[in-house]
Amino acid sequence: MGSFIEVVLGGLMAGVLYSLVALGFVLIYKASGVFNFSQGAMVLLAALAFARFSEVMPMPVAFLLAATMMVALAFAVEWLVLRRLVNQDGIVLFLATFGITYFIEGLGPQLFGDNIYRIDLGMPKEPKIILENMFEGGLLINLEDLIAAVVAGLLVAFLALFFQKTATGRALRAVADDHQAAQSVGIPLNRIWVIVWSVSGFVALVAGMIWGSKLGVQFSLVLIALKAIPVVILGGFTSIPGAIVGGLIIGVGEKIAEVYLGPIIGGGIENWFAYMLALVFLLVRPEGLFGERHIDRV
Amino acid sequence: MSAVAAVNAAVVAPSRGIGEVILALENISLAFGGVQALADISFDVREHEIRAIIGPNGAGKSSMLNVINGVYHPQQGTIYFKGEKRHRMEPHKVASQGVARTFQNIALFKGMSVLDNLMTGRSLMMKTGILQQALYWGATQREELAHRAKVEEIIDFLEIQSIRKTQVGRLPYGLQKRVELGRALAAEPTLLLLDEPMAGMNVEEKQDMCRFVLDVNGEFGTTIVLIEHDMGVVMDISDRVVVLDYGRKIGDGLPDDVRNNQAVIDAYLGVKH
Amino acid sequence: MFYRENGQFKTTYQADQAMLPIAQDRAFMVAVLLVAFVAVPLLADEYLFRAILIPFLILALAALGLNLLVGYCGQISLGTGGFMMVGAYAAYNLALRVPDLNMLVVFILAGLITTVVGMLFGIPSLRIKGLYLAVATLAAQFFLDWLFSRVKWFTHDSSSGSVSAPDLVVFGFKWDAPVEKYLFVLSTVVLFTLIARNLTRSHIGRSWMATRDMDVAAEIIGIRPVYAKLTAFAVSSFFIGIAGALWAFVHLGSWEPLAFDVNRSFSLLFMVIIGGLGSLLGAFLGAAFIVILPLLLNQLPHWLGIPVSTATAAHFESMIFGALIIFFLIVEPHGLARLWAIAKEKLRLWPFPH
Repeated sequence: MGSFIEVVLGGLMAGVLYSLVALGFVLIYKASGVFNFSQGAMVLLAALAFARFSEVMPMPVAFLLAATMMVALAFAVEWLVLRRLVNQDGIVLFLATFGITYFIEGLGPQLFGDNIYRIDLGMPKEPKIILENMFEGGLLINLEDLIAAVVAGLLVAFLALFFQKTATGRALRAVADDHQAAQSVGIPLNRIWVIVWSVSGFVALVAGMIWGSKLGVQFSLVLIALKAIPVVILGGFTSIPGAIVGGLIIGVGEKIAEVYLGPIIGGGIENWFAYMLALVFLLVRPEGLFGERHIDRV
Repeated sequence: MSAVAAVNAAVVAPSRGIGEVILALENISLAFGGVQALADISFDVREHEIRAIIGPNGAGKSSMLNVINGVYHPQQGTIYFKGEKRHRMEPHKVASQGVARTFQNIALFKGMSVLDNLMTGRSLMMKTGILQQALYWGATQREELAHRAKVEEIIDFLEIQSIRKTQVGRLPYGLQKRVELGRALAAEPTLLLLDEPMAGMNVEEKQDMCRFVLDVNGEFGTTIVLIEHDMGVVMDISDRVVVLDYGRKIGDGLPDDVRNNQAVIDAYLGVKH
Repeated sequence: MFYRENGQFKTTYQADQAMLPIAQDRAFMVAVLLVAFVAVPLLADEYLFRAILIPFLILALAALGLNLLVGYCGQISLGTGGFMMVGAYAAYNLALRVPDLNMLVVFILAGLITTVVGMLFGIPSLRIKGLYLAVATLAAQFFLDWLFSRVKWFTHDSSSGSVSAPDLVVFGFKWDAPVEKYLFVLSTVVLFTLIARNLTRSHIGRSWMATRDMDVAAEIIGIRPVYAKLTAFAVSSFFIGIAGALWAFVHLGSWEPLAFDVNRSFSLLFMVIIGGLGSLLGAFLGAAFIVILPLLLNQLPHWLGIPVSTATAAHFESMIFGALIIFFLIVEPHGLARLWAIAKEKLRLWPFPH
């Protein structure tokens, strides 16, 4: 029983990290109707920047510098890409983010190097054993993951409040609905997009720091983005709490499938389990657990 | 008499006699979530007639056409078509029974040419299989040419020869509406549903459209159900009229009777219910 | 001046519906075919065949298939690599396990097997579209990746995970010289292009385009969405499966699942987009673009005399590729084919300005 709970806990922790990346997706989609495929590349870029900056300067400074860089990226994306594709089909914008992905995947390593870099956030690396009196041998948990979970939770709470309660949040939701309509009521599209991509960039930075600290900063971070897509499908494209719930479900589901199904049908299930789960959802409930239903009028 | 009607009265083709009931709707009720779009509506349509459905915006007219079409399925009520009770049917099945329609917001295939759009109207009559089409020369080519000939007749009828190869998305609004009518006609329907065919047109374009509608009814004998806001057009080309308001039927009969019906007048003038 | 339809009157519908109604287009096509079948084999060297022409032709075939699905029928698919993989492994297993089977039959059967798989993974398109469908096809890609790596039967229990194709022997003649392989692939591609053209100008092609443009209206006039979408997946998968088999047998020789991974899927989708959705010519233009671009970018520092490390070259390739995708989406979302069509329009008027 103890080991099952450990697997679940491990899955929950991984899930929280997926959610951090998925959060970036949801923000941009919620506020501009664009599905940002380059979120993973942004995580990598932010992590690389932070890792290299912190080699030569104290961490808070490195953090600020990296955050500034992500804001600059947001400006660049808005000016070079989004502004030129106003009111195009959603699929065109989605494909444009592919272009951004390739660009960042080249730019990041070019600016900051190809090697694997370490991020040391000063977090405790050794796992702790807890609840020794409830379970035999106690449960092994990772303090690092726990801190990550708390950080993610705080971010989510803050962002959810922001979208619901503030005027800017309302403007962001209007833009997601209809670019031209939002413009016609005086919402400054360009500024909104810069804001949203900056916030998303900031979330990517936090995600990058945590993932980087755990795995080391390397190219495979980009692949995490591919995992985050099913998370968003499960949670709903427009739901911030959905990103968290979806991430947890995927994280736990993956781990359980790998540990318990793996030996039966061969390992490596983790590669496609999330997608199969997403596929099921797409057929049964495409708007996800918390998303909004989209109705086509004839 | 309005100007439009005066012109049309002069050129209207002799119409066939109005026949038996071809479409009967009994106690149709349709709701979406909390909204009652149609409430207990019953009326019939006779063969070869032009039946107009009128009413203020939001009265449920388009929903009514969607029900006839099979796009919406009413929670209650029965539909009889050509004498037979119709069970819940998907739109393509309804189309195969001889029902065609046009749409309020033009539902043409914008990426295709006028000719191709009209040819899609013949889809139900095209029978060759994939392998034959992959080869093309032979059965498929013969079929394509036969249907092309028929479609060209419609192109002549609607006077759109000069734009037959133009991509539909590039045509002005009035011509798009005409092409949409052409696509509906290509299916050689028994029952034609027209959803605001004259919306957004100037007087000249309306005259042309009226002429086409009357000719379709006169020459081909097609039964027409028509939603229209222009009262002049409705009063002068339709044989009978149904009036809807807030999803309920408030008038049904000859144009003049309906015009003088107090309930109808109130609905249009916005008297409080 | 030269490219005009003046004087070319069509007196029958048949003439009007011909594949290439304008005389100059017919002449151009004849010239292209002559160059392809006669001039190139005589003049090209081995490098040209191996590195450029053969991959270009096979990828053009796959792009053709994908364009039918994405460009004509409007169903997005990110699982193309996976379907190529199905075709490759199907052909491999057929050639290996069924002795003395004619190679042409092997390829056709491989195509048919891919058709079935494609239709299966096309079922979600009946309920979801756009971005959601893209994700569903990604699921197909990752699942197929896993299937062909894990299930040993497919790779004939190969310990390294990679397999080698047998020689290409058709009608007793061994096609293994580069020029022979080129002609084999060229003939196949010409045949399939013809088939694609015929399908797009028949009623099935129209049903695809109608489903793409407005599927609700299409259903109302009698075009059944199930039929349109599944046939699009079926035909497209047939093309892609055969392309996969050719890629494995003719181009690669030996391969492993990685050769058909998600990057291949993206690369094919970009070919179709940059080339032009809904245009057969677009598949060829896009394939040419994607095949030639990396070679160009690789050679560029060399020509400019700037020494550049391979890592940097790879980074810049990625950046330029990304920038080009964005550029095309902004400037001409309808791709190179549209630019070509605009050029032809201008040519019609030349030398007059308008």
